[in-house]
Amino acid sequence: MAGTGEERKPAELLAAARGGQRRAVARLLTLVERGGGAAEAIAAATHPLTGAAHIVGITGAPGTGKSTLTGALTTLLAAEGRRPAVVAVDPSSPLTGGAILGDRVRMEAATGAGVFIRSMATRGHAGGLALAVPGVVRVLDACGFDPVLVETVGVGQIEVDVAAAADTAVVVVTPGWGDAIQANKAGLLEVADLFVVNKADRPGASDARRDLDLMLDLSEVSGAAAGTGADAESRPAIIETTATEGEGVQDLLRAVDAHHRALKAGPGLQARRDRRFVAEVRARLEHVLIQAADDVLVDVDSRSGATPVEAARHLADRFLDTDTPR
Amino acid sequence: MDGPEEGATPIRVVLAKLGLDGHDRGLKVVARILRDAGMEVVYLGLRQTTATIVDAVEQEDADVVGISMHNAGHLTLAPLIVAALVAAGLGNVPVVIGGVVPDEDVGELEAAGVGAVIGPGTSATEVVASVRRVVDGRHG
Repeated sequence: MAGTGEERKPAELLAAARGGQRRAVARLLTLVERGGGAAEAIAAATHPLTGAAHIVGITGAPGTGKSTLTGALTTLLAAEGRRPAVVAVDPSSPLTGGAILGDRVRMEAATGAGVFIRSMATRGHAGGLALAVPGVVRVLDACGFDPVLVETVGVGQIEVDVAAAADTAVVVVTPGWGDAIQANKAGLLEVADLFVVNKADRPGASDARRDLDLMLDLSEVSGAAAGTGADAESRPAIIETTATEGEGVQDLLRAVDAHHRALKAGPGLQARRDRRFVAEVRARLEHVLIQAADDVLVDVDSRSGATPVEAARHLADRFLDTDTPR
Repeated sequence: MDGPEEGATPIRVVLAKLGLDGHDRGLKVVARILRDAGMEVVYLGLRQTTATIVDAVEQEDADVVGISMHNAGHLTLAPLIVAALVAAGLGNVPVVIGGVVPDEDVGELEAAGVGAVIGPGTSATEVVASVRRVVDGRHG
């Protein structure tokens, strides 16, 4: 849809984007999101140019202040002369495909400070987000933005995975978000390299910190890695912030940078990037296989006498043997 | 290998209030109407400047920008946002003005480069149709 008239070629766009033309960056991101041939050409062109940027994921439940925090953090980064970019993901309506992308509202100071912010809708399709976000991050990395912050709502496995695929994963909670039992339920909290207790000016902030601390103690007792994976370098720090006032944001920035330094000093950074590579290959493969499955599903006959399990087995045997996924 | 939903990019709309004008209820309604029509709405909200709107249109690669005005400033401010977009090389992104705009001002706004005016009493269907029309006609 966008700008169909004066379409520039991906290579031309990338040259302009790397030269600092933001309109070209934005256009590349649109093409990556759209998928298809142009997106593949952009992936091929940008992949060798990546690796410089520190990728930071920020996730947490709705309403915890992720956008305000991301805005405050990137404003500070810009003030230090760095070139941060933000990818802010909000859900698409499964019914209409439309979305209200409301993260920029909370990032006004960052906009003023020259931070590049791109809002993305999840666009529904199975794994679509897991395909598009790595490509978008790749473009921003190749265009010299550093760090690149990926903000997602911590609801749904794909959204959490996308943020957790960062070099540094930040999980945001607020006072009153739950107690130590909630903290030990599997999922969101397990991916954290850093915890933020935002809205720390509200009652219960120290309780939230205590519950997180207790959860981390138990993780150590049970031998579970607290960070994103087995390479967890150290116990995740817990930072208290009041993002609307800028309180604690400097501390968070220091903790994010410290985590990055620790990763770079050891095998951690490369391990995460290797894992991210495999995760993206996996997402692409799943996408191809799901499409292949859709193609053969038309042959399913509910009255053939086969059970659903048998029918699935039969189809899987057929298309995995004879029809190698493109 | 195909990417996700190839070729099915939804219309991307930036919605904002420009300048000193605290009436954002209408804008929120329009945001919801456009979302329910399958569009992606980048919502900027209150007290935006021409600079913040141009930044958002550029970074979000928006197809159209909607400005809501309830402070009688439309004849002054609408030409400013049109000019700011042109100056940024984004002159092909149409501007839609909504809110309280008297009928007799519509001609002047259109002459100033505004793509469509959505006045009081416009139905949801007409809002969506106006946005689609200016997006479809952006290269015409």
